[in-house]
Amino acid sequence: MIQITALILFMIGLVGLFTERHVIKMIVSLNILEIGLNIFIITIGYKASGIAPIVSSVNDNALVYVDPLPQALVLTSIVIGVGTTALALAFAKMIYAKHHTFDLTELEGKL
Amino acid sequence: MKKLFVIAVGIFAAVLIVLSLDSNPLFPAFGTFDIATRISSDYFKNLEEANISNVVTAIVVGYRSFDTLGEITVLFISAIGVGLLVNTHGKSKRMDLEFTPNFMLRVGSRIIFVLMVILSVYIILHGHLTPGGGFQGGAIISSGLLLLYLADDSFRSNLKRFKLVESFAGIGLIFAGILGLVLQGAFYANILPLGSFGMLLSGGIIPVLYVLIGLKVGSEIAGMVDHFLTEEVVK
Repeated sequence: MIQITALILFMIGLVGLFTERHVIKMIVSLNILEIGLNIFIITIGYKASGIAPIVSSVNDNALVYVDPLPQALVLTSIVIGVGTTALALAFAKMIYAKHHTFDLTELEGKL
Repeated sequence: MKKLFVIAVGIFAAVLIVLSLDSNPLFPAFGTFDIATRISSDYFKNLEEANISNVVTAIVVGYRSFDTLGEITVLFISAIGVGLLVNTHGKSKRMDLEFTPNFMLRVGSRIIFVLMVILSVYIILHGHLTPGGGFQGGAIISSGLLLLYLADDSFRSNLKRFKLVESFAGIGLIFAGILGLVLQGAFYANILPLGSFGMLLSGGIIPVLYVLIGLKVGSEIAGMVDHFLTEEVVK
């Protein structure tokens, strides 16, 4: 079920990225797409009744842990997402400072 | 019309993804995978190698620390890009608030800022024992700075100090890698004693690297916040 939800979030982001002409709305769509993808990657490593991958004693094999590798990769992905969002917002700020609009259709008329 | 078409294509693609993953024997159903078939089981088996309890940290800063260096480089480049794009030539001033903050808001936000710094130091130092680490702690420090910007109309951070901290943390990260290369023959090899399992001083070089990453990420995002909230003085 949660995998379907992640897929729906991903598709909402993708549709928003293709249909919106407002720069800030496009950045928000990109972030929704990223969140959906991150949730999907996390769910790949989920194990029923598994606990967080933090080991308290080395020789305990009875406990079931979730997969730590997708979590580590999503940590990387979130940081890269922060970088791209900041850069995109800087572009949006510069566009607004120069042309006083966030709308790409209006911007095409002005150029 | 175009919107409807894009939505239809999106639903079609989603149905295709669901159908192809559902019938794929390599993609187990939600919550039913066997960890012995994946590479992650080796991380649990060889836990004495890194000697820390948080396996995610062992992967991010231990086994894949070279990847993490690249990740920090991406964040650094995007911080440089933000600095170049919203560059203010000459005199700059911080953005005006639409209201005048009263005494309670200014003092209260400072108290919350101190608590946030304490929390972030805890999260960074215990990154190898509990959930958290350098990236999370750095994000908390910079959001505390954002709180001060939004709650106090005369607050202005010292950007030069952030740049200094960022540079020294970056140099320290590269230096730790080269030190491992010289002493142990591999980039980011462990050069410190491993310590006892589950204690604050365990894991060798991993806590040191995470503190450096926390300083670098925190000062980088704080610099970005400062760049976004300042504007050029119009003459």
